[in-house]
Amino acid sequence: MRGLFVLLIAAFGLAACGEAQQVVVYKQGKYQGKPDARSWDNEPLAVEFRGGKWTKGDRASWEEQIKARQLAQHEHKRIYQ
Amino acid sequence: MARMKFLVDAERCIECNGCVTACKNENEVPWGVNRRRVVTINDGVVGAEKSISVACMHCSDAPCMAVCPVDCFYRTDDGVVLHDKDLCIGCGYCFYACPFGAPQFPQAGAFGLRGKMDKCTFCAGGPEADRSDAEFAKYGRNRLAEGKLPACAEMCSTKALLGGDGDVIADIYRERVVRRGKGSEVWGWGTAYGPGKPGAQPPAQPQKGGRS
Repeated sequence: MRGLFVLLIAAFGLAACGEAQQVVVYKQGKYQGKPDARSWDNEPLAVEFRGGKWTKGDRASWEEQIKARQLAQHEHKRIYQ
Repeated sequence: MARMKFLVDAERCIECNGCVTACKNENEVPWGVNRRRVVTINDGVVGAEKSISVACMHCSDAPCMAVCPVDCFYRTDDGVVLHDKDLCIGCGYCFYACPFGAPQFPQAGAFGLRGKMDKCTFCAGGPEADRSDAEFAKYGRNRLAEGKLPACAEMCSTKALLGGDGDVIADIYRERVVRRGKGSEVWGWGTAYGPGKPGAQPPAQPQKGGRS
């Protein structure tokens, strides 16, 4: 009887220790149920705003653009190339 | 696939707080909320003082996501951890779970009530339409949707704070460390004392002939 009681307490006590899934799934414009657009689904900015160029909806071209931007933080590349 | 991260070079950070200012300005962060701050250890101790800029580190296994009772967090394809302020109840669990103290709570009002959580978004906005006024008002600017990197990293004058794909910025950091060396080579023993190892004796002066 006492064992059953302990089991019940443990079952209810540990019920709050669950953990939400952290796997990225993008379905119908939502991440895990939260609506959000993806960065590459936007049009690039006008040239004067210096946002770079990519094709809307093309992830690879957006990543190329953002990589070029990342390498601008590399002063050895900027200075010596 | 890009996985967005921040990387701080403690040898380069000069505690100028430029990143903090850039973040506050870019995202119009309210008073009392600092999405980014500079932490200094051994403050004032000559040669031992180190500073790093800290904000949300966009963890791959984020404790804030794990503990949130209303499940308001989500991770994007770029590995950026964001949250939905419409779902947040301002309970503060994420603040206790976060090892970096990233979640912040506005405390405006007569009784200092705790508002909805606010944190670094890696300049990626939130659930509202990208680059819209509604998104800016709640989460700040969405620079990733503009093809740009976070303002703090791009504004860093010494490039101590790097932001971007973890693999790319790790390569930048690695190349930097290899080039500058380690130990006294970092701060320029050779510049200050000429060539030679630390502790080396200066070359003997030539003896002058005869007494004057």
